[in-house]
Amino acid sequence: MKHEAVETNVGLMIVGVIIAISFGTLVELVPLMFLKETNEPIAGLKPLPALELEGRDIYIREGCNTCHSQMIRPLRAETERYGHYSVAGEHVYEHPFLWGSKRTGPDLARVGKRYSDDWHRAHMYNPRDVVPESNMPAFPWLFDKELSGDLTGKKMASLRAVGVPYTDDDIAGAKAAVEGKKEIDALVAYLQQLGTLLQSRR
Amino acid sequence: MASFWSLWVIVLTSLTIILITWILFANRTRDQNTEGNTTGHVYDGIEEYDNPLPSWWFGMFLLTIVFGVGYLVIYPGLGNYQGLLGWSSIEQHDRAVAKADEKYRDMRDRYLAMPIEEIASDPAVRKMGMRMFSNNCAQCHGADGKGAYGFPNLTDDDWIYGGTPEAIKATLVNGRQAAMPAWGSILGDQGIAETTAYVMSLSGRDVDDSLASAGEKHFQTYCAACHQADGTGNQALGAPNLTNGIWLYGGSAEQIAHTLRAGRNGVMPAFKDTLTEDKIHILTAYVYGLNQ
Repeated sequence: MKHEAVETNVGLMIVGVIIAISFGTLVELVPLMFLKETNEPIAGLKPLPALELEGRDIYIREGCNTCHSQMIRPLRAETERYGHYSVAGEHVYEHPFLWGSKRTGPDLARVGKRYSDDWHRAHMYNPRDVVPESNMPAFPWLFDKELSGDLTGKKMASLRAVGVPYTDDDIAGAKAAVEGKKEIDALVAYLQQLGTLLQSRR
Repeated sequence: MASFWSLWVIVLTSLTIILITWILFANRTRDQNTEGNTTGHVYDGIEEYDNPLPSWWFGMFLLTIVFGVGYLVIYPGLGNYQGLLGWSSIEQHDRAVAKADEKYRDMRDRYLAMPIEEIASDPAVRKMGMRMFSNNCAQCHGADGKGAYGFPNLTDDDWIYGGTPEAIKATLVNGRQAAMPAWGSILGDQGIAETTAYVMSLSGRDVDDSLASAGEKHFQTYCAACHQADGTGNQALGAPNLTNGIWLYGGSAEQIAHTLRAGRNGVMPAFKDTLTEDKIHILTAYVYGLNQ
């Protein structure tokens, strides 16, 4: 093919560029959408209940995932500190993933049940009260704001549309389950279930 | 990986490498600056020589292809093919863990067989214990073990659930769940004020005697079951001693009244699912040694 043929025909150029850059996607991404290893939930995995789901959205709203990863790599230094390495099956109901790519604070993939609810509340209100050297921001407004639950059912329905197995009962009961709860309760409930399905003694 | 997707990855990856190599060679020119050997582009009468690629650049391109092929042969990259080394990130992790276990097992077994009182002052145990404490305990109890509001100080002689090696180990293994009920609705505002006064008098503070004597009745009715009639507490139930001036949730009148009104449900997490027996043993020795 002559240079001229490609360079003077925009349509052909576009097709050529798309083909050239699509190989990486086709090889590295497309198979993952169909593999058992990445699509099958691990034993015991359930969609997040209403309160935890709202907690997850608060986690996203406050930007927790910009400083905290949720991905323990299979390296001894990480599994010694955080626990069993993360596996794909733990995250099949997550849209979007909150794996993160930066650890200003520690990884939270298995923070569930590691600390008491009281600790989380004290820590969110002012991290310095329990960890003097912490540089995490304080989130005192979570203790004042109440959840309305108006959108919780819709969020569940949207997640169901992309494959999270919420039942009609889950969606119908979503508003009642979160209405009037404080945002801090939702966030702590979300944190306390993180990574608890896969435990290993170390 | 299903065999279809394995084949998909193998075919597409190989095809990409072959195509890239073909493009590199198919467009190669060897002639330098020869008259008439132009790319065919003309801009305002200016033409462009079709010169060969710089040889260092061409050589490096070839090297990346050779590296890529070599990588795919040695490491897993082509579908289900495991690579000549049989390497995987999980296997590498397991090997590192096994190696560390091998290295430390003898020492841990040795300490595990020794009584906690004996190893609590061992410098090696204290050093290991401090590291584990920093990672697992310091978030609540502080790096120095002195605790914080709501989280017990481990360096003093006051133990809520007992300070014997056995009690500390039980606390670490199974965790603790405190269960101080909320008395607000039962005692009412006046009752809370009276009981607060009596509780404060237990540690020898000056209080209104009439309030305190009324509070003593409430105390004997509701509180003595766990905290004992004399207020010295009961470690089997995790009921703190109220007579020694050490307060987990603060000792001011407001704080005591709040504790009485709303109750307290402090939680110590269990470590039986996260730490191995030998590490819990060493950690117990470290905590035991904090106040020795």
